[in-house]
Amino acid sequence: MSIYTEKMEKLHQLLTNKLREKFGDAISDILVHNDKNPEMSEITVVMDRSVVTEALTFLRDDPSFQFNFLSYLTAVDYLAMGRDVRFDVVYHLLSLTKAHRIRVRVPVPEDDPTINSVVGIWGTADFHERETYDMFGLIFQGHPDLRRILMPDDWEGHPLRKDFPLGGVKSFYFKRATNPHAGEPPNLVPRIRVQQSDI
Amino acid sequence: MELIAAPPTTAKPGTQEATGSLTIQAPENALTKTLSEALSYCRRNSIWPVMMGLSCCAIEMMGTASSRYDMSRFGAEVFRPSPRQADLMIVAGTVTKKMAPVVRRIYDQMTEPKWVIAMGACSSCGGMYNVYSVLQGVDEVVPVDIYVPGCPPRPEALIYGIMQLQKKLRQEPVHLFD
Amino acid sequence: MATKRVVEQTFGVGAAGMESMTINMGPQHPSTHGVLRVILELDGEVVTDTKTILGYLHRAKEKHAEFKTYHQFIPYTDRMDYLSPMSNNTAFVMTCEKALGIEITPRCKYLRTLLCELARISGHLLWLGTGALELGAMTIFMWAFKQREKLYDIFEYISGARFTVSYMRVGGVMRGDYPAWHDRVREFLDGYMAVQEEIEFMLNENELFLGRVRDIGIISAQDAIDLGLSGPCLRGSGVNWDIRRDMPYLAYDELDWEVAVETKGDCLARYFVRMKEMREAWKIACQCLDRLEKMQDEPVNISNNKVIFPPKENVKKSMEDLIHHFLLASEGLKIPAGEVYHAIEAPKGELGFYLVSDGGSKSYRLGIRSPSFTNLQGLHPMSKGMLLADIVAIIASLDPVMGEVDR
Repeated sequence: MSIYTEKMEKLHQLLTNKLREKFGDAISDILVHNDKNPEMSEITVVMDRSVVTEALTFLRDDPSFQFNFLSYLTAVDYLAMGRDVRFDVVYHLLSLTKAHRIRVRVPVPEDDPTINSVVGIWGTADFHERETYDMFGLIFQGHPDLRRILMPDDWEGHPLRKDFPLGGVKSFYFKRATNPHAGEPPNLVPRIRVQQSDI
Repeated sequence: MELIAAPPTTAKPGTQEATGSLTIQAPENALTKTLSEALSYCRRNSIWPVMMGLSCCAIEMMGTASSRYDMSRFGAEVFRPSPRQADLMIVAGTVTKKMAPVVRRIYDQMTEPKWVIAMGACSSCGGMYNVYSVLQGVDEVVPVDIYVPGCPPRPEALIYGIMQLQKKLRQEPVHLFD
Repeated sequence: MATKRVVEQTFGVGAAGMESMTINMGPQHPSTHGVLRVILELDGEVVTDTKTILGYLHRAKEKHAEFKTYHQFIPYTDRMDYLSPMSNNTAFVMTCEKALGIEITPRCKYLRTLLCELARISGHLLWLGTGALELGAMTIFMWAFKQREKLYDIFEYISGARFTVSYMRVGGVMRGDYPAWHDRVREFLDGYMAVQEEIEFMLNENELFLGRVRDIGIISAQDAIDLGLSGPCLRGSGVNWDIRRDMPYLAYDELDWEVAVETKGDCLARYFVRMKEMREAWKIACQCLDRLEKMQDEPVNISNNKVIFPPKENVKKSMEDLIHHFLLASEGLKIPAGEVYHAIEAPKGELGFYLVSDGGSKSYRLGIRSPSFTNLQGLHPMSKGMLLADIVAIIASLDPVMGEVDR
């Protein structure tokens, strides 16, 4: 067993003890991935969305974890896999002082796609939550400015949902999509440059 | 309209024989061109592009303008951030649906005469992004003169595109009083 | 703050009470590195508020990943941070390797490390060139591009493309390195340091340059961590964190190099961090090259042909290799169900891929943690109280690449 796996074992043990003790049944699972190559294993904590802010604040402030850096926040749509609870919000936490990572997964159902915002815990979440809202349509309650970030404001639908098509979306923005000069006064239409050989 | 009338003569300019006659004589190496042609020459050798770097192709466009490839050999190195001072729009990169109205607006702000080069696969036809957010070719919003293929095109390809545009301009008459 | 004092001296102390003005910058603006749009709220000439508007280059790479096999997605990673495609390639294939549980060969490790560091030099050179150009130094731009062209030649000699390389493969690389290529890299590395010293000589004590970057865009270490800044932006604020050293991948833990850290947190500190990183990258590249020259007899790719394409000459002779080739080309490699996150230290910061697989040959969901996207959040706290012209310097020091921001 290498140093890395030992460290992971220890972290897993600590997480199991402390989180279970503090949040009880709200922590539904703590997994260690990748049996194939233990050197590359990762820890995933699955928790209920009711405790997400408290648990993540605890993970940030507890001296044995010190997850002071939110690496990445995103979501996964499990529609095509046929899972009961459609979405997962996924947090990737990193500790700059202890140099370890964990992943926190929070299931969010389709009929009530809301979850508490973590902007108050890590400022990083600002853009990331806006992006997740834009792409998946999940509402982050308590976010100061939850608007679309990548798509235009009047876009319909949430592109990264599994029921959104890859291409072929009609560009309803351009009434002039086929003829760019339709409806313009004629003197504004750029000259059509045909090859003329009068020189 | 002839700029300088130069009848064939055997007299050497500046000599006694030449000064004695009344014909206006041009030096042997003078060019005789119409004014329209002269203006066309000036125009096609001073195409100023507008800065329209959208994505990856912009890096190659900058590479074309900088030390090794040196687009100024073709009179096209003066990149203008303001569309009002530009003749050419090199659409370098992917045009998304969010960006397309901006591209069109910048095109509208350019003064006539103006030309467009679609640089790279994305701005020519959408390229590898056949996807909900990407416009399938910038020719959906602006008229395009030259398409430069490649993902991204090499600087040589862009220079060839500019030369093709110059060739096209050569055949286009310049009207003095349009 | 120095700038505030200047304004008060110029416009009088009461200048703060004037009506505010809104200015739009971008998406077509020479100093926004592409299509970034910032809406600035000004009080006189002092910036009071900024709003960053993104998405003008949203090319839906994450959606694409759900429709392409893993090999087909490698070219898309090139076009994320298009200044250093080698790093993006490496990050993506290492995520796949982590999911598959593959260990790559030592020669491949050094080759990837070398190419990542060359990509770092190339990416930082563009930041240096355009950043200096925006602050009024044209010479640096020309010098930087001259070096970049040499780097492009090196990439072209090994991968066939100038910067959209698509060179890395899951389990190895497209084609191994060869002695003639080593000579080219050696030639570049020999000449490079003199150029950087000359550039530093031009800038480091140049009052015209220093006046534009010193004490501009300050961010504290605590704020930088809270906002998730990474890479040179984080290290410029005095946080001693580098994934290459603290969570080593590839061959970084076997090489001799240092992490560049500055404490002040302003644009000048970020400039010094990047300059030192280029020196360190040069150091790492030299060491990797030394080792690669002695490793020519070792294999570069792993031998598992269920993952990586077998050599073409074997395909023509061996039935088994032909089958592997056919399966890889038609179906693609399959990654067992599960999820994995892997991050590397790209030139801009922490570049991570979050891969969820359902066992098929396409990713079920591929999330991309792009450093530029997160770093751009720093623009708001950095630009508060600064002058309008300083925004240009701040954006340049954040060094966002819009292909990566909008993905």
